[in-house]
Amino acid sequence: MSAITSKDFTPLANDRDMTDVIVRPSVSYWKDVFRRIRTDKVAVISFVVIAVIALFAIFAPVVCAYDYDTTNMTQTNLSPGGDHWFGTDSLGRDLWARVWVGARISLMIGLCGAIVPQLVGILLGGVAGYFGGWIDMLIMRIIDVGACIPSLIYVTLIMLYFGSGPAAIVLAIAMSFWMDSARVVRGRMLQFKNREFVLAARTQGASSFRIIFRHILPNILGQQVVSISSAIPSAIFLEAYLSFIGLGVASPMTSWGQLCQLGASYYRLYPYQLFIPGAFISVTILAFYIFGNCLRDALDPHLRD
Amino acid sequence: MKKYILKRLFISIITIWLIATCCFFLLRTLPGNPFATQQLLSVEMQQRMMSYYGLDRPLIEQYFTFMKNLLHGDFGSSLKYTGQSVNGIIASTFPVSAQLGLQSYLISFPIGILFGIIAARHRGRPIDYSLVAFSVLGVSVPVFVLASLLQYTFAIKLGLFPVALWSSMKHTILPTLTLAIGSIASKTRLMRTLMLEVITEDYVKTAKAKGLPTWKIVWNHQIRNAIIPMIPSLGMEIVSILMGSFVVEQIFSIPGIGAYFVNSVRSLDYTMTLGLTVFLGVFVVSANFIIDLIYGLVDPRIRVTK
Amino acid sequence: MKEHLLEVRDLRVSFDTYAGEVQAVRGVNFYLDSGETLAIVGESGCGKSVSVQTMMRLLPMPPARLKSGEIIYEGKDIAPLTDKEMENYRGKEFAMIFQDSMTSLNPTMRVGNQMCEGIVRHRKVSKEEARKIAVDMLGQVGIPNPEAAFRRYPHTMSGGQRQRVMIAMALSCNPKILIADEPTTALDVTMQAQILDIMNRLKDIHHTAIILITHDLGVVAQMADRIAVMYAGEIMESGDARQVFYQPSHPYTWGLLGAMPNLIQDVKSQLYTIPGTPPDLYAPPVGCPFAARCEYAMEACLKEEPPEFAVEGGHTSRCWLLDPRAPQVTPPEGIPALKKGGNDHE
Repeated sequence: MSAITSKDFTPLANDRDMTDVIVRPSVSYWKDVFRRIRTDKVAVISFVVIAVIALFAIFAPVVCAYDYDTTNMTQTNLSPGGDHWFGTDSLGRDLWARVWVGARISLMIGLCGAIVPQLVGILLGGVAGYFGGWIDMLIMRIIDVGACIPSLIYVTLIMLYFGSGPAAIVLAIAMSFWMDSARVVRGRMLQFKNREFVLAARTQGASSFRIIFRHILPNILGQQVVSISSAIPSAIFLEAYLSFIGLGVASPMTSWGQLCQLGASYYRLYPYQLFIPGAFISVTILAFYIFGNCLRDALDPHLRD
Repeated sequence: MKKYILKRLFISIITIWLIATCCFFLLRTLPGNPFATQQLLSVEMQQRMMSYYGLDRPLIEQYFTFMKNLLHGDFGSSLKYTGQSVNGIIASTFPVSAQLGLQSYLISFPIGILFGIIAARHRGRPIDYSLVAFSVLGVSVPVFVLASLLQYTFAIKLGLFPVALWSSMKHTILPTLTLAIGSIASKTRLMRTLMLEVITEDYVKTAKAKGLPTWKIVWNHQIRNAIIPMIPSLGMEIVSILMGSFVVEQIFSIPGIGAYFVNSVRSLDYTMTLGLTVFLGVFVVSANFIIDLIYGLVDPRIRVTK
Repeated sequence: MKEHLLEVRDLRVSFDTYAGEVQAVRGVNFYLDSGETLAIVGESGCGKSVSVQTMMRLLPMPPARLKSGEIIYEGKDIAPLTDKEMENYRGKEFAMIFQDSMTSLNPTMRVGNQMCEGIVRHRKVSKEEARKIAVDMLGQVGIPNPEAAFRRYPHTMSGGQRQRVMIAMALSCNPKILIADEPTTALDVTMQAQILDIMNRLKDIHHTAIILITHDLGVVAQMADRIAVMYAGEIMESGDARQVFYQPSHPYTWGLLGAMPNLIQDVKSQLYTIPGTPPDLYAPPVGCPFAARCEYAMEACLKEEPPEFAVEGGHTSRCWLLDPRAPQVTPPEGIPALKKGGNDHE
């Protein structure tokens, strides 16, 4: 009790600020997300892996001494090392060059294949959820039926119909992925549509457009970014799969999946022709996958302790 | 419940019809002539082949013939291999694929669930980290890389298993394992997430407040509720195992339906592709219908309300 | 000194989050005698739920951590018991009901089976007998046709019925203490009254003591024998219900009472509100945690935490205004002048 003396019993001024004393500095949501990502070692490592692969995909073919589609019948099936860092294939093409050209295609398809269906899903799911009524009915029935059709069938039909090329692959991926994201977005839309802040905006006369883009979408966005990042590895995988079974990218153009397909025919003699591109696919998918998980944790911190 | 079954049944039938119709029109109107690739055939011969298969008649008429045959369970015949019917190929190849798929399905489901439970129960401990690492790796390595890797290591280098073909139980081990690993990985991950969600539920707190022993809480209140949402994923798993089996069958030279399917696509054997696609579509849709029924039976929220 | 049924001494609980330590409960003392109802009142986040859940050992540890404290039940400190040993207390000696009956019942299990689990565990009876007990309990809480209700799933019942099931489940093993964590918050007013009525009635029949956690002073008035007012992880004022209601001795309690709408009150007079928000328990203030929001705050309040001052007959308050050296203040309208109990309690 020694610290307290009688003169401590003078009342404090009554006009002092009694409102919130904020102890923690306020940080904007995205800044906070960025801070969490940056301090997460696993996230940083996976991001660096992705960045390195992307940079090589962009620049390696440019500075490489060999062309990705020049055949050289005097130098077929060379083992990795020497002039050809990853060796050559059965037509004598330099695999280092082909792997990085293939990386371009695989990554592009991965990105587009993740973003395109997401956009379609946001649009259709958003419309269904926001407006409800017969539009919602229609879209949901289409999804009900569409979701029952195995993705394999869309993919086969589209690839056969439109021929094999990057655009057709993206279309095929989009066809099999958009329904999930439309469902999710519709659900989120329904959830937010009747939230107080949306009703408040509506009573103030905000237009549907404004309500959707200014009030609801920003709340859904985080989740959709996570969906995109987790769809990238699936899209890369699907491209590789299609190319591997011969429905995807065709020679002389190349992608990792197609390199694997070519490599698979000779892999008992020349395992590197299959396992090098195979390793690239695996590592890339792994890195995207882990990064996507970290991103999800960062956006939604209550999921971890 | 009745309404729920009828609704699912109706959707399934519509889906099958839609698959058959879309596949028919898209595949029949594909640009190019299926016989043109066979250079041995003269133009006249090609014409005769077209009329033999009825390909010169109006598309609508062909469609009705196709649908009529389909209703009788006839999936058509191959353009490339004279005399081979799609039904015949299904009869000889599907059992092989079904065995392969079923084996890996039966292995992966319980193991995946078990791994998921173990990981969630030991969250943040080394065993959790290793299971998570396994599941992340398992879904990252594409099935064709994994298949070749296993074949290369265990069959070619170590000689523990036959390299290819399908004649004894020993032949089935590597292909089954290939398919199962990816499936276990995704099941582990899903079950872990579901368990972690359930662990924070209020009713688990209630169960704990009742003084129940841990095993009873885990079994009656956590696992039971975490497994129910796993059921719909079984349907998706069928498709991914099926897609995986195409590649695995090819790599291990297994005479399954997948290998035929991929070959028919590559060799532009349209009627074969059409028949097999529709067959696989019917198979997957029916399997999903059954899974939906099980889901409805197991989850009282659906059983009573719908 | 008389032995209480339950006595909690200097309970401190923290949560270790990745942002740092949150001191949710910071030295709480209270006791409970058999058959009485103690209401713990406070704003959300003041640590009232955490205190009782620590007692029940329901908090996941980590992130929660019991820093210190004794929980003496029937003369035995149960804080150091293992989780396994606690299973014999939970459900049998203390039972608990929660705020949201929808999420607190397992959606995939029939309510009867959920009740029987505990009965079989603690009363060591056969399944058939457990079933009889459960049906009887369902009848006691006023569920029509208890036989049929036994076989129903939670989502087919109304909120009020589910909360009755929760009460029946909690009381089915004749616990000595029933902890009710905001039991009526999720219900509408008429249903609230019925549920409180059932609790009061069954409490008398089974001689159960109740710890009632709520922020609703109306509920407290209807139920409580004694009241503990909690703020920022500490008990600010405690005493008999009459004492706390008619002779409140802490500015925070004044605020709570003033914020309660009163039918007799002049319609034109404004409802009293407490300015500001509770302190952040990542970094609790040095002095009185309420000082920043208190109209009567003095220099002392910022310097040092007030000790527990005795008002009269077990009524205590942690406020420097009760110090003999403090100036006389006028409480808000309708609240009697502060009685200084004299000497420091400690």
